This record gives sequence, structure tokens and C-alpha cells, in this order.
Amino acid sequence: MNLSRLSTQPWMLWRRQVAAILRMELKKSLFSKRAWWIYILTLGPVAITGLHSLVGRNGGHSMADDNMIFAGIFQVYFLRLGIFFGCLGIFSNLFRAEVLERTLHYYFMSPVRREVLAVSKYLAGVIAAVIYFTGSVVLSFLFISAHWGPVFQQYLLRGGGLHQLGWYALTTALACVGYGSVFLLTGVIYRNPMIPAAVVFIWENLNPFLPSLLKKFSIVFYLKSLCPVGDIPVDGPLAFLATMTDPTPAWLAIPGLLLLSSLVLAYAAAKARKLEVSYSE
Amino acid sequence: MSEPRILFDNVSRFYGEVLGVNRVNLSIPPGVTSLVGPNGSGKTTLMNLMTGLIRPSRGAISVLGIPPTRPEELFRKMGYCTQFDAFPKGLTGYQFIYSFLLVHGMIPSEAARLTGEALQRVNMTQAADRPVAAYSKGMRQRIKLAQAIAHRPTVLVLDEPLNGLDPMARAETIALFKQFGDEGRHVIVSSHILHEVDRISDQVILLSHGYVVAEGQIQDVRSEVKDQPMQILVRCDKPGLLASRLFEQDHVVEAKVNEDGRGLLVRTRDADNLYLLLNRIVLDNGLEVEAVAPADDDVNSVYQYLIGGEGGTT
Repeated sequence: MNLSRLSTQPWMLWRRQVAAILRMELKKSLFSKRAWWIYILTLGPVAITGLHSLVGRNGGHSMADDNMIFAGIFQVYFLRLGIFFGCLGIFSNLFRAEVLERTLHYYFMSPVRREVLAVSKYLAGVIAAVIYFTGSVVLSFLFISAHWGPVFQQYLLRGGGLHQLGWYALTTALACVGYGSVFLLTGVIYRNPMIPAAVVFIWENLNPFLPSLLKKFSIVFYLKSLCPVGDIPVDGPLAFLATMTDPTPAWLAIPGLLLLSSLVLAYAAAKARKLEVSYSE
Repeated sequence: MSEPRILFDNVSRFYGEVLGVNRVNLSIPPGVTSLVGPNGSGKTTLMNLMTGLIRPSRGAISVLGIPPTRPEELFRKMGYCTQFDAFPKGLTGYQFIYSFLLVHGMIPSEAARLTGEALQRVNMTQAADRPVAAYSKGMRQRIKLAQAIAHRPTVLVLDEPLNGLDPMARAETIALFKQFGDEGRHVIVSSHILHEVDRISDQVILLSHGYVVAEGQIQDVRSEVKDQPMQILVRCDKPGLLASRLFEQDHVVEAKVNEDGRGLLVRTRDADNLYLLLNRIVLDNGLEVEAVAPADDDVNSVYQYLIGGEGGTT
């Protein structure tokens, strides 16, 4: 089918263009020297929980304790730090890294709608982030209780463990979708993503203290409602990070987060349309 | 129906307080058009505006009826070889061209065919499977050119495309531009190598400090430069006699006999009158004239007259 015919069938054309851009972008997002610290963010908890599975047998605790500890790791580390900063690294660089490497113009000199380009890059980022962080969450979940052997297997297969793991994986994937859209936008608008990232970080962590309406403009608001273990006992200054202040049912939280992410993505795509190539600064 | 053109309508572009180009009005016909001017004169800004990589602060641009704000349409017809010497990491020359043809929406077989064709046109088939990172400057320049022409654009914009090329590759590249121009495509080329650009240019746009100083066919531009007497070379058997007769005229400001004694370089403020006068002198004195040709209606001379300094280097 030639291109003139395709131009009358834009979906077909866009599908091909998205596939072509994904092919190039996935390589960059998955295997990049710049991403070394993202590997650390993902491998860190895997290493720690792996270590726990080796020495945890003599810890004088129950499997329920491990379960609760993982819930704490997930809510405090993964949601608030790991996925947040991992997505910052992956999605801010989708455009910015190409500006630094002076290669963005090759995309801009292709007959592709900037919106299609932005969405394709976003999809590549989401795929990479989901592979990294869902992988990390799943392995950490399995490792933290692995030392319980057949009891854990039983829990996993027949006691609701798999269901819990599924929700953790889904929440992780949705976190990548949500934070990805936010950091794609900051990467398109700002040359230096650190200041907007700091603002987003403060906004997300202020969530428990925000009025009900404003809470809905935060990614973590929806994610916390999806966590399979709700209130977890976290002591000290980080306690507020694990507090569930305004629980929302999943049937509202999931579409709510997807809607918010779509709006942010649409705005980022519109901004990308007006982006200029300027490598001078 | 009028021929498709590239139009600039009162276009200005500022980088903050700094002027890029100001109040540019252009109507560029098909053929080879050279952008000429010193560094910082606005050549690259003009090209980036034309291709939509930057947007005008004021005014409107249209390329064959398409505004550069619609890259999805524009780059089906346009190819741009920029000055940026950077490439996506980890790609071979072949993959570089092929990958971006897929971004056009082409099916793999079509992209592969056009990639092969483009590589052949710039003589890079042999090196196609080597990583671009291992290429020499000249090879990188050629692979960029191949990427710009791979989808057979009707408008080709080339920013200093001869940089880094050896004389052989330069000659081949110039021949390629000439061929594109002869096929009725738009070829917009900026180059410091004026004497080479001069050979292929159908028209020229002279820029200085962000302003278009002159535009049009080079001979027309030259004839507009009234304050610089035209130089005309006359090859004849009696240059001394011719010089003495010409000096009787007010408009002749200089006549210099060639070292070989077979020619005369005349500087005149009225070329048309000089040609008429030459006919009379030849008839009256029985001179044998081999050739009469303007000696300074080239890009380099016009550049020197309008902008000053040495126009270009080899």
C-alpha cells in the first residue's frame, strides 16, 4: 500500500509510524548508559529482598510480617521514590536526551505528526518502565518470602498471594503510566527537568494534606487506593507516606488515573507540536 | 498555472534580543538557489524556518503551499541536510536511513529499496554496514545527504553540504544538486565554497546581518550593483588600440591589457553602451575579436561588492 493511500487512512499510517519509532526508542530506553541509576533503583530492592530470603529464616518473624514489610517497601520506596525517580529519568530524557545529543531534528524532519511522535516515545518509555519496575516489584515480592518455602508457595498459589502480586504489578504499571505522562510533559516544556521534578515530588508527597478536590490531581492519590495492603504501620517522619486518607474504589481509581494521564499526555503532545530544535544552550 | 514556490512573507525571527533574520520577503522558484553570506548572516536561520525546525517571530512561510507547521505533509516533499554532525547512537549507515524511512510509514521492502538507492547515489554502498560512529567526516556528510534524499523529495535544503568532502566527492555532490535542479526540483544550498556554488546556481540570495541584501539570477543581481563598474574581458588581437579608443568614453574607468597581449580587461559603468561601442570599434578598425565575456558576474564578485571581504574559500 503506498503512502498517498495511507494518508487517507491515517490510523494505518500512524500505526506503522508508532511501530517504527518504538523500534528505535525501546533500544534507547531499555539499554542506555544514561540509565545506570535506574538499574540501581530497580535492582536495589531485588538485591535487598534476595538477601533477606537468604538470611531471613532465622529472623524470628512470621510470613505476615514479611508481607507487611513488602507493603511498606512498595508504598514508601517503590511508589514514592523508585518509580517516581525512575520515570523522571526515563521520560524526561525522551526528548531532552535527544536535544543533548543533537539528534532530535531527525524525527522533526520526518513526515510524522508531532503528536504521534510524542505518543510513540511515551509508549516506549512506558514499556521500558513497566519492564524495569514491574520486574523489580514481582521479584522483590517473591524474594522477600521465598525463605518460607512450601508455605509461601501455598500462599502464592492458593492463599491469595497471586492476587496480591497481581495488584502490586498493576499498580506499578499504572504508576509508570501516570508518572510517565507527567515527566514527558516536564521534559517537553523544560530544559532542566530537576526543578519541575522537585515541584511534582513535593506536590505528590503533600497529597495527604491536600483538600479532597486537589488530591485528585495527583498520581499517588489513585495508586495508594490500588495497593492491596491498605494501612501499614510506618513509624517516624515517613508515616504520612503510608497513610490512606481518602480511599477510592479501584473501579474509580483506575479510570481516574488513566484519564488524568491521558489529559497530561495530550497536553504534552500539543506542546511537542510547537517544540523547536535549538541545541545552542 | 504558476510554478510552485517557496514563499517568505515579511518573516522575522529573533532569538530573544538577538536578530536572526528580519523582514524577509522571498519567492524562490524551482532550480538551484544559493544562500550566500558570512557566518551569522542568517543562512541557517532561514533554512530552519523553511523546514519548520524553528518558527518565525513574525510573518508567514509556505513551501509549495504547505506551511512548515505541518511537518507530516511538508517532509513528504522536503529533505533537509543540516549542519549538525550528530547521529542516533548505535546505527550503521544503512540502519540510519532505513529506520527513518520506516518512520515515514513505508513498508520494510519499500524502505529497503529506497535506502539502497540513496546509498548508491552518494557512493556509500560499500560502507553501509559500518557504524556511522566509525565514519570519517566526509562519509558522515554523505550519509546525511543520502538520508535527506532517500524519500525522493521535491525540495532539498542543504546547509553547507560540501563541508568535509574531498574534491572528488564534492564534484559528484555538486553534479547531483545540478541534476536535481535540472529535474525541476527546488534545491536550496548554503555554502562557503562560492566558486563551486556559482557553477550550479540558478539564483542566489545574499544575506548580511539577518537581512536579504540581494536576490535573483546572479547576472541580474550583478547588474543591479551600479556603484561597482562591470568588468568585461575582451580577447582580441589589438588590445592596445582597443584600450585607446575605449578611454575616449566617460563610462570606461579602467582598461588593463592582459599579460599575454591578447586581451583587455575593461571596467565600465555602462556595460550596454560598451557592447555597442565595441561593435563600432571592431568594424572601424578591423579588430579580430575572439571573445567578449563579463568577468565579475559571479557569486564571489557580487558577494564582495555587496557584503565585502573574501566571499569563500576552496
